[in-house]
Amino acid sequence: MAGGGATGGSVQTDTYAGARGWLLLPAWVTLGILTLAPLAIMLVYSFLTKEFRGGVIWEFSLDAYDQFFFDRGLFGDAPPQIEWTYIGIFWRSIWQAGLATLLSLLIGFPTAYFIATRPEKQRALWVFLVTIPYWVNLLIRTVSMKFLLRDQGPLNEGLMALGVISEPLTIVNTNLAVQLGLFYSYLPFMVLPIYAAVERYNFALSEAAADLYAPRWTILRRILIPAVKPGILAGCILVFVPSLGSFLAPDLLGGARNFMIGSLIEEQFKGNAGNWPFGAAASMILLTMVLILLIVSARQSQKEAR
Amino acid sequence: MPSDTDIAVDVRNAVKRYGDFTALKQISLSIRDNEFFTLLGPSGCGKTTLLRMIAGFEDVTEGAIFLFGDEIEKLPPHKRPVNTVFQNYALFPHMTVLDNVGFGLEMMGRSKTEARKRAGEVLEMVQLGQFSHRKPAQLSGGQQQRVALARALAPRPKVLLLDEPLSALDLKLRKAMQVELKHLQRETGITFIFVTHDQEEALTMSDRIAVMSAGALQQLGEAREIYERPRNVFVADFIGDTNLLDVAVDRIEQGRAQCHLGGGHQLTCDAVEGIGAGANVHMSLRPERLYLSAEPIEVESLKGRVRETIFIGTDTATIVDLADGPQFTIRSSNSTRGNARVFEPGAEVFVNMEQGAARLLVD
Repeated sequence: MAGGGATGGSVQTDTYAGARGWLLLPAWVTLGILTLAPLAIMLVYSFLTKEFRGGVIWEFSLDAYDQFFFDRGLFGDAPPQIEWTYIGIFWRSIWQAGLATLLSLLIGFPTAYFIATRPEKQRALWVFLVTIPYWVNLLIRTVSMKFLLRDQGPLNEGLMALGVISEPLTIVNTNLAVQLGLFYSYLPFMVLPIYAAVERYNFALSEAAADLYAPRWTILRRILIPAVKPGILAGCILVFVPSLGSFLAPDLLGGARNFMIGSLIEEQFKGNAGNWPFGAAASMILLTMVLILLIVSARQSQKEAR
Repeated sequence: MPSDTDIAVDVRNAVKRYGDFTALKQISLSIRDNEFFTLLGPSGCGKTTLLRMIAGFEDVTEGAIFLFGDEIEKLPPHKRPVNTVFQNYALFPHMTVLDNVGFGLEMMGRSKTEARKRAGEVLEMVQLGQFSHRKPAQLSGGQQQRVALARALAPRPKVLLLDEPLSALDLKLRKAMQVELKHLQRETGITFIFVTHDQEEALTMSDRIAVMSAGALQQLGEAREIYERPRNVFVADFIGDTNLLDVAVDRIEQGRAQCHLGGGHQLTCDAVEGIGAGANVHMSLRPERLYLSAEPIEVESLKGRVRETIFIGTDTATIVDLADGPQFTIRSSNSTRGNARVFEPGAEVFVNMEQGAARLLVD
């Protein structure tokens, strides 16, 4: 409905109506080349037949999806059973990403609240400080984290020197390391939207609640959190979605046992052992899940706005 | 103290400092139970700070605040049995009108059903019963104002604090709400502490007014007293319109002070304690207590010339230049009973004053 404005029968004529279509062209080209085309390619590839050494044969096939959901035995002729391997990896990814999101929320909310309640002149500085670590490439940060957390790393040695622990804690190659990695990778995405919401929050509402005999925790629960909920929701989505598909943190910090979807997909396109249609299908399934999540949360916030 | 029973709020030597800046300089005042009490002053005079100290949103740097004899200045706001109507209402946007009004009761430990029942009753009282299931954003400014009022009244506080609650309303609605608030105060018997910068609003509604300026109490008294017997220049100038003159006191005789002003004009008025002969002070003359005549009526009729005549609906204002002296504004009613003569600009006139119209002021 790009030309919909002309049918309105408005009295004023739109001088730029013609030009506007052309001016939108760069946006459409970018959107097309960078978003729609890759998605289309992904979708098509997921329905093709795999070539033995990577790549595809142009022949329609549901094998990729079938392989994801069903186990038909080693030779593919056994009666189909539900294949739990990949569903399990998905489930673990959701769990890991969920915990990372929760951790980000628990740390990010007080941080955002702290920044938003500083004097106005200081806030920009605090926001700037939060973003500084993100000037360093994600890969380097994740590798550095591995060094910090490993058995002979500064964290363990520091704790041992302080006498808190006598044996180094095994953190690297555990779920905890993955969660910490994801948390650290995406924390600003939690802090910034919540900060924006708390900054807009009318603190007179907290005063009004206190005036009406509400203690502090009740004010937080009944007044502040509902008022900044859109910011919290945005932050959770911005942390959860990239965490779900992430492969750097699980690969580098989690080791082989803590495989996540991102790594599974990455494997399919690496070297000669890959299975492109299967990787594409896994990507489409992941995308569908994220889309459902976004639609549900959008519905939810619409309902509350009413 | 036994005498505290009829004092609702007692502020004793309250001081508020923010770093080097002193927002309140040793304020002491007692607000009686069941009265409509107004804190009046220009913005920045400390009136809102004082109100917020009573509510508990600002801590008290020095001094004490008593509520019905109990010292409260250390209590957090949620433990003080007072409720506030906020300037911009501060209604909870995600709750319905009914839940907004019921919130205080719920926090006091009433059941949700009970809170809603009482909230419904209070909403009826402010004529908003049919809006109880709307969200605040779906109401007009005036309706939101009533919800804020209902929300603060629902827990039946003994003292209601109102922080410029009418300032966001248009003039007509504001006037209507003034009457309604006054009515509500009488009906409920709750002590109202009302903050405003609007002197007319203060005069209309209040039993007593505390006029504040620059963090200090300038005068405390009934509306009529403050209007007719202002204690200093600030109060005379801030409350209503007045002619403020520089005068010199020549002598005091039998409780009357004989003064002269620029141009050699003579005026006599009641002496005021603290102002003796030889003092250079100010005099306040309310415009509506002056009248014009073509011929001198008294010994002290002041001779002048009309500069301008301004029609302002109910009244006419005439600006007169005294011969070699200051400028005067005289107001006369436009009613036919007022039989005030309107003088054309340029006409020679005499300014006369009613008994007790002039008042000497300290700075």
